[in-house]
Amino acid sequence: MTEQAFGRRDFLKTAVVGGAAAATTGIPQPQSAHAQLPAAAAPAPSAAPAMEGYAFLNLEEAAFVEALVDHMVPADDLSPKGTDLGINIYIDRALAGAWGQGDRLYMQGPWKKGVPNQGYQLPLTPAQLYRAGIAATNAHCAKTYGKTFDRIDETQREAVLVALSTGKLTFDGGLPTGLFWGTLYQTVMEGMFADPIYGGNRNKAGWRMLGFPGAIAVHREHVEQYRDKLFPSDPIGIADIG
Amino acid sequence: MATKLKEVDVVIVGLGWTGGILSKELAEAGLKVVALERGAMRTAANDYSLPGIRDELRFAVHKDLMMNTARDTLTVRNTPSQEALPMRRLGSFLPGEVVGGSAVHWSGHTWRWTDMELKVRSMYEERYGKKFIPDDMTIQDWGISYEELEPYYDRFEYIAAISGKAGNLKGVIQPGGNPFEAPRAREYPLPPLTQVLSGMMFTEAAKNAGYHPFPRPTANASQAYTNPDGAQFGACQYCGYCQKYGCEANAKGSPHVAVIPFALRNPNFELRANSWVNKVLKDSDGKRVTGVTYTNVLNGEEFEQPASLVLLCAYALNNVHLMLLSGLGQPYDPVTQTGIIGRNYCYQTGLGATLFFENRRFNPFMASGGTNVTFDDFNVNWAFDRGPHGFVGAYNVSAAHNGGAPIEYRPLPRGTPQWGKAWKAARAKWYQGAMNIGASGSVMANRYNWLDLDPTYRNAFGQPLMRMTFDYKENEQKMGQHAARIVNDLAKAMNPTHLTEATARSSWTVVPYQSTHNTGGSIMGTNPRDSAVNRYLQSWQYHNLFTVGANVFPHNSSYNPTGPVGALTYWMLDAIKNRYLKNPGPLVQA
Repeated sequence: MTEQAFGRRDFLKTAVVGGAAAATTGIPQPQSAHAQLPAAAAPAPSAAPAMEGYAFLNLEEAAFVEALVDHMVPADDLSPKGTDLGINIYIDRALAGAWGQGDRLYMQGPWKKGVPNQGYQLPLTPAQLYRAGIAATNAHCAKTYGKTFDRIDETQREAVLVALSTGKLTFDGGLPTGLFWGTLYQTVMEGMFADPIYGGNRNKAGWRMLGFPGAIAVHREHVEQYRDKLFPSDPIGIADIG
Repeated sequence: MATKLKEVDVVIVGLGWTGGILSKELAEAGLKVVALERGAMRTAANDYSLPGIRDELRFAVHKDLMMNTARDTLTVRNTPSQEALPMRRLGSFLPGEVVGGSAVHWSGHTWRWTDMELKVRSMYEERYGKKFIPDDMTIQDWGISYEELEPYYDRFEYIAAISGKAGNLKGVIQPGGNPFEAPRAREYPLPPLTQVLSGMMFTEAAKNAGYHPFPRPTANASQAYTNPDGAQFGACQYCGYCQKYGCEANAKGSPHVAVIPFALRNPNFELRANSWVNKVLKDSDGKRVTGVTYTNVLNGEEFEQPASLVLLCAYALNNVHLMLLSGLGQPYDPVTQTGIIGRNYCYQTGLGATLFFENRRFNPFMASGGTNVTFDDFNVNWAFDRGPHGFVGAYNVSAAHNGGAPIEYRPLPRGTPQWGKAWKAARAKWYQGAMNIGASGSVMANRYNWLDLDPTYRNAFGQPLMRMTFDYKENEQKMGQHAARIVNDLAKAMNPTHLTEATARSSWTVVPYQSTHNTGGSIMGTNPRDSAVNRYLQSWQYHNLFTVGANVFPHNSSYNPTGPVGALTYWMLDAIKNRYLKNPGPLVQA
């Protein structure tokens, strides 16, 4: 039984039905949100890991986001995979928080489609767009592959993301694919590269991958010293500065 | 019903650079001054300090210091035949919304605009003839000369801690500076910033191509500095968190460092933050304004603040919006070409090439807001003949890094996968190996680019949003094509491993970020038939109403606007202090 075929959602559903018995049947544990990093990349623990559990995503959405971030950010010697970076946790918190709920977004009608030069014109907060987009993508996957995104194989996932990112996929119901993809992509980038206080970029592994030194950044003496040279960086996040 | 408050001498709408300078100086001149600022009070010690200020998500992505579009925004469209729709979130430009205004989060680039802008129509007509300027290009002279403004540029540069290298001292060209700049009386207050690798590579390539690169003048203090008023600046730390952030080192020339603290210490001055000005009130005689009404955004309470003198010092777009909402002057109509308010709205154009070098380590995170190197061979160089290229205006070319915070800084060669292992490998590789060469271009005023009130959409106070109708015209497109060729030729000469070539912008879009350089709408000029304010930035119609900001610019240059905004503020201050207060009335006869 592959991980994709029996993921977190099944575990949780089974757990609800089967109660304590489920824990003893060899069902894979849900992804640990702070699984081990490759030894080379493992720093001393700094910020406390984000709390487990989802504040916004429902079971289907959580499964989608976990599958998405692990597909987009697979584990290799550059970084752990997306869920081990906490990108799924970041996304959940972002959608539950002020930004996701439409903070600073002008939300008065009338609502018109407009032209691309006029920017975002949907009557949806980012959280509502995310919710509708996941449902529409899963509907497409169900129609095409008979399964939701989290249960299709790697090749199929790749095909879905290519279709989403190039606009070849058109959602039933009129939700613009490009706006959903743009929001999805932006939040994955944020979850990988924002300060770890927001739940992603765990252990600053996203920054480590780039050699970005993070929040400390007092480089007055470094500009000349490290011009065209490797800057030896052990990134520092906001929580590391007292 | 608004509560009517006791009359004061001066009410200032907006407390950024212009309002900050005027608050300090007029309070010191003995006037009772009230400043109304829509944003909240913030201080460097409390709000722009470590570690919290080093938060890319909060400040750059979610724009914590900037205008809240849920409360008030604009509607936008490219042409009069389209229906304008609200800019539902910030994108193309980023006005500030705190005490200090946009000058808290600006980068600091500070230029002197020359007679090439201030006398734009007469210089082009003289050289190329009247027919060279298209019929729908509504450019006009500003009614002021560089020579008149020079002492005020100088004053602003010394107040704002500008680092740079003079290129022309009293007519003598100086090595290392911009040979095309207009004569200046003395050096910058501070030497240029230390150059970063990309700027050095660009300098060498530009020199090899026969251009004249120089370090960009910028309000990032290259050394600790005390300005002539006694404001203290720290030295820039090249932290890479400059534009969109407040500076924790007090090294950025910002009004909350340079001028506002002096006002706050003066008993003649009162700041009312969280105050949203809704309207300027007109006297029944039609010759004066009597004050403003505003809403306390913390509880919705409305006030009327009477004042002898009303100074509109908000962001350029907001000054125009307030004039339209208050019926101060006739709104501009592009069909009949009548009316003044909203006329000659301009933006800027720009483009960039991204160069990827194998084995280079640019360390993009070690940078300042103004570590750029620039050349002006196609800009204020009047010897550059526009005739064969058929455009009015100019562009400057520059390069360097200004920061490398990794949510927004994601350079990748074209064709790189957007996710997966190949994306990660490319991301890790090119984060260090990429640099940009950019061109920033002027925009000439056009009959069909303007600002007025939207017929449909309203802000949180029930008032019409301002409507922006803007697009790049053929003139700007031609200039963009010229700039793209120059930039791409230079980029190729640097022999990068990969090159993403620059392409000219053809049409304006409200996303993504381009520049917070919106100009015009209530412009200065020589007569009330084609301008809202006279050369002292005094309303032609209401003599106790003044406005200063890029809203008074009759067109936009390729340069950042804060240099002339600061200089014009001191120029206007002198006119108010030394002439208007002694004999209130029109300073220029219409």
